[in-house]
Amino acid sequence: MTIDLKTIKHISKLSRISLDEQKAQKLTVDLNLIFEFIEKLNELKTDNVEPLSSVAASTLKLRPDVVQSNNIRDQIIKNSPEDNKDFFVVPKVVE
Amino acid sequence: MNDITSQSLITLVKNIKNKKLSSVEVTKAFVERSEKSKELNAYITEDYSNALLKAKKFDQNPNLDLKIPGIPIAVKDLFCTNNVKTTAGSKILSNFIPTYESTVTQNIWNEGAILLGKLNCDEFAMGSSNETSFFGNVKNPIDKDLVPGGSSGGSAAAISGQLTPITIGTDTGGSIRQPASFTGTVGLKPTYGSCSRYGIVAFASSLDQAGPMAQSVEDCALLQEIISTYDPKDSTSIDFKRSRFSKELTREIKRKKIGIPKEYRVDGMPEEIEKLWQKGIEYVKDCGAEIVDISLPHTKYALPTYYIVAPAEASSNLARYDGVKYGFRSKGENLIDMYEKTRSEGFGAEVQRRIIIGTYVLSSGYYDAYYLKAQKVRKLIKNDFDEAYKKVDAILTPSTPSSAFKIGEKTNDPVSMYLNDIFTVPVNLAGLPAISIPAGHDSKGYPLGFQIIGKAFDEQVLLNIAYALEEKIGFKNKINDWWIK
Repeated sequence: MTIDLKTIKHISKLSRISLDEQKAQKLTVDLNLIFEFIEKLNELKTDNVEPLSSVAASTLKLRPDVVQSNNIRDQIIKNSPEDNKDFFVVPKVVE
Repeated sequence: MNDITSQSLITLVKNIKNKKLSSVEVTKAFVERSEKSKELNAYITEDYSNALLKAKKFDQNPNLDLKIPGIPIAVKDLFCTNNVKTTAGSKILSNFIPTYESTVTQNIWNEGAILLGKLNCDEFAMGSSNETSFFGNVKNPIDKDLVPGGSSGGSAAAISGQLTPITIGTDTGGSIRQPASFTGTVGLKPTYGSCSRYGIVAFASSLDQAGPMAQSVEDCALLQEIISTYDPKDSTSIDFKRSRFSKELTREIKRKKIGIPKEYRVDGMPEEIEKLWQKGIEYVKDCGAEIVDISLPHTKYALPTYYIVAPAEASSNLARYDGVKYGFRSKGENLIDMYEKTRSEGFGAEVQRRIIIGTYVLSSGYYDAYYLKAQKVRKLIKNDFDEAYKKVDAILTPSTPSSAFKIGEKTNDPVSMYLNDIFTVPVNLAGLPAISIPAGHDSKGYPLGFQIIGKAFDEQVLLNIAYALEEKIGFKNKINDWWIK
């Protein structure tokens, strides 16, 4: 199967990555190469195989739900590209 | 003493404990050598003045009961370090200062070590040559034209170039073992769940694992003993009885059964690697261990499986980089436009490619055909190892299908770059521990590695086999300090 330019543009929209025409075309070529290689998996019959999502135990350990805040709000806000001291600032989202 | 940087970690620890060397003397030596080594581009962030201050403070009241007292260590820039910039080799995190410390690095500082700086790596650990880093490629101390491997390329260059006595990397598909092999050093990828992932910038959560990179197996065992702890902050951390790897390290491996998988004889592998592998088999026999032929029939499906699973997990892990709370932000006309431009300008080409692959295989209509299919094949790959371990204690393979390649040689062909990880990827999919040790040189004089794969949680046996083979091999790295003027 082949992946066309339109699909790449749709997927990039879903990924929230803007692509110019040149980048989209390069990605189309790359992805077709990569998926040609991935298609090898179709040689295998896997109807009765249980999928393995992780090798970790299926029941994960729990820990007490205790707040471990160290009063680091200011430090966290400082990492923000734009803030007004108390809040993260983003482009206007409501009219 | 002017030969401080060539001493092993174990020797440095002894010299500090016997008060033959101070932490300041050791730290100064590594800082000076690192400063003379800028040409390698191994560091992203240098923390030398703080390191010297900490060393001075350590010497004033040294606690010599710790395991690595006053030892300076540089770490891969994928580990969050409190108050020290952590970039993951990406523009999108180029100004990120963590407010917390990763568990693995905290464990190291708790045993007396001092942070020297943060080491270069492929962007978000996605790469096999350290060429995807926003901060430029790293050069291999073996030869200026060679890549050091990746993604822990800065770590591998720093350890083989003696800029740090020991270091830590992370390994999702071979990112510790492949660069170790390319630089003539030792790298251990522990069992999934052995070392906490808390505070490590996530790439593919079901595959990522931190591990030590060292000049020798002995040094590697000591660091593994320090970084492998149960951590409630990582829900996949496993609470099992960990052995005292360095104390229990022995070359006694008589009657251990070592498997040789026939499927690792891949097309196009240079004959000298095949020959070296045969030599490895002889070394194993010399140690009194037994060789058993085994089969891992689904090996050839491991890379295609990995290139579905890893990008799928990456696409969801990297969704957090939106330019809002931290990191790089690009201006946009509205919120969505801001997200799209931030991610387009903030991520490099390889990371974007993997996010797109991951989003595609998880998208409606393709999930079953790709993602679910890959998870099923992952199960078959794990079953292969489960079957093999009924007959053997460990498996011996080459670490990589070639020695280090030239800078720029594979950047235009993603599939040929991915093929580099053909021997290392199955181990991550199955969650097993594996170590790469230097095996010898090829005809060009470049190092090649042996990979030993162990049973889950069996790092001690793995380290013991590596320790025994290391002595038989007697490898000496050929490094002429070409980058020091």
